[in-house]
Formats: sequence, structure tokens, C-alpha cells
Amino acid sequence: MADLRVNIAGLQMKNPVMTASGTFGYGLEYADLVNLEDIGGIIVKGTTLHPRQGNPYPRMAETAMGMLNCVGLQNKGAAYFCEHIYPQIKDIRTNMIVNVSGNTPEDYADCAALIDGLDNIPAIELNISCPNVKHGGMAFGTSCEGAASVVRAVRRAYHKTLIVKLSPNVTSVSDIALAVQDAGADAVSLINTLMGMAIDAERRKRVLSIGTGGLSGPAVKPVALRMVYEVARAVQVPVIGLGGISTATDAVEFLLAGASAIQIGTANFVDPTVTVKVAQGINDYLERHGCASVSEIVGAVDQ
Amino acid sequence: MTLTEVCQLHQRYVLLKARPQQGDLPAMQPGQFAQLLVENSPATYLRRPISIHDVSADTGEVSFLVQVVGEGTRHLAALSQGDRLNVLLPLGRGFTLPQSPAERILLVGGGVGVAPLLYMGRCMAAMGCRPTFLLGARTGADLLRLDQYSQFGEVYVTTEDGSMGEKGFVTQHSLLSSQRFDRISVCGPKPMMVAVARYAKASATDCEVSLENMMACGLGACLCCVEDTAQQGHVCVCQEGPVFNINELKWQI
Ligand SMILES: Cc1cc2nc3c(=O)[nH]c(=O)nc-3n(C[C@H](O)[C@H](O)[C@H](O)COP(=O)(O)OP(=O)(O)OC[C@H]3O[C@@H](n4cnc5c(N)ncnc54)[C@H](O)[C@@H]3O)c2cc1C
Ligand SMILES: Cc1cc2nc3c(=O)[nH]c(=O)nc-3n(C[C@H](O)[C@H](O)[C@H](O)COP(=O)(O)O)c2cc1C
Ligand code: FES
Repeated sequence: MADLRVNIAGLQMKNPVMTASGTFGYGLEYADLVNLEDIGGIIVKGTTLHPRQGNPYPRMAETAMGMLNCVGLQNKGAAYFCEHIYPQIKDIRTNMIVNVSGNTPEDYADCAALIDGLDNIPAIELNISCPNVKHGGMAFGTSCEGAASVVRAVRRAYHKTLIVKLSPNVTSVSDIALAVQDAGADAVSLINTLMGMAIDAERRKRVLSIGTGGLSGPAVKPVALRMVYEVARAVQVPVIGLGGISTATDAVEFLLAGASAIQIGTANFVDPTVTVKVAQGINDYLERHGCASVSEIVGAVDQ
Repeated sequence: MTLTEVCQLHQRYVLLKARPQQGDLPAMQPGQFAQLLVENSPATYLRRPISIHDVSADTGEVSFLVQVVGEGTRHLAALSQGDRLNVLLPLGRGFTLPQSPAERILLVGGGVGVAPLLYMGRCMAAMGCRPTFLLGARTGADLLRLDQYSQFGEVYVTTEDGSMGEKGFVTQHSLLSSQRFDRISVCGPKPMMVAVARYAKASATDCEVSLENMMACGLGACLCCVEDTAQQGHVCVCQEGPVFNINELKWQI
């Protein structure tokens, strides 16, 4: 058995596999299907300071090896999370991480401050990259200044591990990564979904209620892999890679590209046990290649 | 699970029966559904939600009635006996079962929406109730397994071309003007469900409908399948439904 443990800016994980926000609920939805404690970390649904209804139905469209969604951050708000959901998840023995979103830097900071008070939430992931909400969200993630302003505001209010999730819908993702690193991010994760569209030819209508949505699933993997590779070479902080991972080989490719850990999103819909299979498969790869630990392959792709 | 029987009912419908590879089937409520994985199908990625059509306690089999409408269902219909079927079940909340055998329940199905009503009929029969079925389809050939339904209750049918039963839509059937019911449970295309909901509202009859919103996870995790409700805003059809009382919904009826 290889040593699968990883440490992401102080966050101790038993293996490098996490679930991606918005695809695994609060973990509870999957509790009957997979042993949650075998997963390195669970990033729960996007949470905002105030409750949000999200976008109207239809919110999804299947695409070639993937899907589009425009859920739009439906959630009951940070206070509800702290009062009603946190008590149900706080004793799950893995890293329960909250994905935080907002409309203004102050919103993000206030939401993060509420989560800061929860003992068993060791980290937050800032979503400055959601393509499905009108204000804020991706607007921050697409300029260095916008991204840095959110991270600075949150950094003052939040004292544990701060992960910042980057948007792929930009010209230079490394520039944004550097900006959030300089503003105080402990780690970066990427990619969020790629902006896309689906059209129903027979009805001559756009399928999704708001016209556009975010693409995820195996279709985005090559794009994600290239971006993780670039960012890992640009920044000093750890990089968490995601986008289209559904097998252990996919995960190993992200680790080789420079990710210190990975997340799995859409693939959970197809196989609810994919996370533990991928963790096991990473172990098998390490053993097969004579590696004692995950860190030996992080960034180890030939130049 | 392993497929124990694959039966082509006519060119667009197939009946799949499956049994767990090991252990017993979990307890299932009528109106609940399953998420079927479509394997070896490069053109599809997500699972497909399919209703629990019937359950046999004797043989430990669950069955699904699948209408071929696209790539995913086409692959499901092409499976053979002995093939593996990767299924998550049971999911969601099903139909309301009667409180007493005296309750008069009408089960209305349209198209492949008849699927969950067979198991509903079986569960009601086990409680000593006899439901009335009102099943609609385009033609007589689209009305499947009627003998199965008639084991559990009286069956009335409508077809759009008049080739079987009364001609027209289910809401035009004479049954609705001659008999009263305590509850109507409906599954079918949305326009049909809206029409039945209108009838129910006008006749002050309790009514529940089974929605078929597009789903990704089927587990309440992704929030893709939501329906707008009067009291709680957007709720997941896969978890809070697929069956809803019409009073919970914001339908214009
Ligand atoms: C809770 C629930 C229970 C269902 N039970 C059954 C059942 O017992 N038997 C059965 O045959 N079908 C059932 N369906 C519908 C079934 O899930 C879809 O027909 C199927 O997913 C289509 O897959 P496909 O790949 O063949 O078609 P696609 O290529 O995905 O789509 C083909 C066409 O079907 C339509 N379609 C796709 N998904 C749905 C959907 N979820 N609802 C309505 N239309 C859809 C598309 O708009 C498109 O026009 C159910 C759906 C839900 C949500
Ligand atoms: C239905 C759905 C909802 C999502 N919601 C969120 C969210 O609330 N916050 C967030 O940061 N990312 C969200 N994402 C993006 C995923 O976390 C992930 O970045 C993306 O799907 C790419 O990974 P994948 O290809 O493994 O799914 C969502 C994705 C999907 C499919
Ligand atoms: S399909 Fe994912 S929440 Fe219903």
C-alpha cells in the first residue's frame, strides 16, 4: 500500500481525492452508496450569505461525454447551513469543505466569517468562477483585480485553509492564479465549468432556461489538464485539479501535470462510488511504478 | 443486477426484468424510480431515470417498461437476458397509498406513463383495495400489458385514433362524468397530467401527478431536476418527488 496522504496548505487528507462542489450535495445524499470516510475531502454545495432560489428549470442538458448545467447556486444561505446542515455533517470523518459564493467581496467575507466559526470545517473553497449567476460569481474570476479583491476581503475574515476556485473562461488562467496567490490564497483549484450552450433544433430553442450553462464531465478534461499544468508551473501554492476526471488514470494525469490533489464532479452521477475507486486506482498506479507516496508523482510529467 | 428477461412488447417498447446478483431487492414504493446505467453507449453519458414498473416478491425480480425515444433507451432495449444491468434504486417518493380499502382510487396513465401504475395496482391489491385504471395511448397497439392491469382493478382505455376503447384523450372518457373518486394518481405526458389536474380541481378531487423532469444525479445532489412549488420554492423532483400533490405545484390549472 502506497502512502496516499497529502497535505494541502495545512489540510491533512487521507488520500488526494475530493468531491467537486455542486455534484455531491452535502455528502449525505450519497451516504448509502459510498463510505464517505474513504474520500479525502468533500466539498459541499455552493453556499451564499443569503438564500438563493437559483435559475428556473430546465437547468441541465446532456452533451457528448458531459453535461451543461445552469443551477445558479440554489442554496438556503449560510445561516441555515450553520444551524441545520452543519450538525448533520460535522461528525463525518473526512474533510468537509464549504464552497462559498457571493455578489460582492463583502458578501463573500461575511459568508466566510460565519463558516470560520464552525470547528469541523477545516477549509473553504471560494467560487469566483460560477458562470451561471448574473452578478458576481464569474465576474470576479475573470479579472485579476476582481479576483484579488474578493480574496483579500475573505482573507481578513477567514483564518483556516483558503482554496480559491478558478474559472477556465479567461484568456490567461495563470495570471488570475498569481493574483489570488498574492492576495492570500493558500491553494487554488481548477477548473470550474466552461461556458456553453445547447440548442434544440426541432423546437428552435435554447435548451437551458437562461440560455447558457457550464460544461462539465469527460468532455472538458483536456482543457482542464492543460490549465492545471500551466497554473502549477506559475504558482507556489498547491494546485487542486479537476475537470472531467472519471478514472484513476485521469486522476494520475492531473497529478503528473502538477496537481497535489484532485476533485471529481459529474462522474459521481454516473458512478456514486467513483471516488473510492479512483483512490484505490491511484494506489495501484503508485505501486506499479514503485512510488512510495503521491508526492513523488506530483508534477512529474517529463518536460 | 442481472437481466432475467428482456421482452420486446412491440417495436418501441421493451420489458426488462432484473434480479440482484446477490441478496434481496430492497423494499420499494409504487411511483419510485431507478437510475439505469447505459453501458457501452458512447453517445450517452448520464444514467436514465425509469419507473419501477412491477416487483415480484416470489421471484425477487423488479421490472421496467421502457419506451425507446433516443440513444439511451435504444441501448437499454438492445440488452439481452443474462446481461448485467447497473441500477440505483429505489429513488424518490412514490404515490400515496390508500388509508382504507374503501377509498376509491383512480390511476390514470398516458403513454409509457402507465409503467408505475402496475406496481401501484399490485400494492393496492395487497391491501385489499381495487383501483380503477384509466389508460390512454395513441393507438391500441401502444396500450401494453392490459391483462396485467386488469388483475388488480377495472381497466378503461382511450386511444387517439379510436382503435381501442373510447376515442380521444383520457380526460374525455365517460368514466369521469359518471363516477367520483377520492383520489386520482396520474403519470404521463405533461399536457395530459395538466388536463387531469384541471378535472380534479374542478371536481374537488384529491390529485397527485408523477413528474418527469430531466435528471442528472437522481439523488438530490445536483439540483438540476427542480420543480417550482408553492410553499418551498424549487425542490428536487428526484428526491421530494417524482410524485407531487397538485396543490404543491405552481401549475396554471
Ligand atoms: C422519474 C422518471 C421516471 C421515468 N420512467 C420512465 C419509464 O418507466 N419508462 C420510460 O420509457 N421512460 C421513463 N422516463 C423517461 C426516460 O427517462 C427518458 O425517456 C429517457 O431518459 C430518454 O433517454 P434517451 O437517451 O433514450 O433519449 P434522449 O436522447 O436523452 O432524449 C430523446 C427524447 O426524449 C426526451 N427525454 C429525455 N429525457 C426525458 C425525461 N426525463 N423525461 C421526458 N422526456 C425526456 C428528450 O427531450 C428527447 O426529446 C422517466 C423519467 C423520469 C424523470
Ligand atoms: C450540477 C453542477 C453543479 C455545480 N455547482 C457548483 C457550485 O455550486 N460551486 C462550484 O464551485 N462549482 C460547481 N460546479 C462545478 C464543479 O464543481 C466542477 O468544477 C466542474 O463540474 C468540473 O468538474 P467535473 O468535470 O469533474 O464535473 C457544478 C457542476 C455541476 C455539474
Ligand atoms: S437529478 Fe440531481 S438533484 Fe435531482
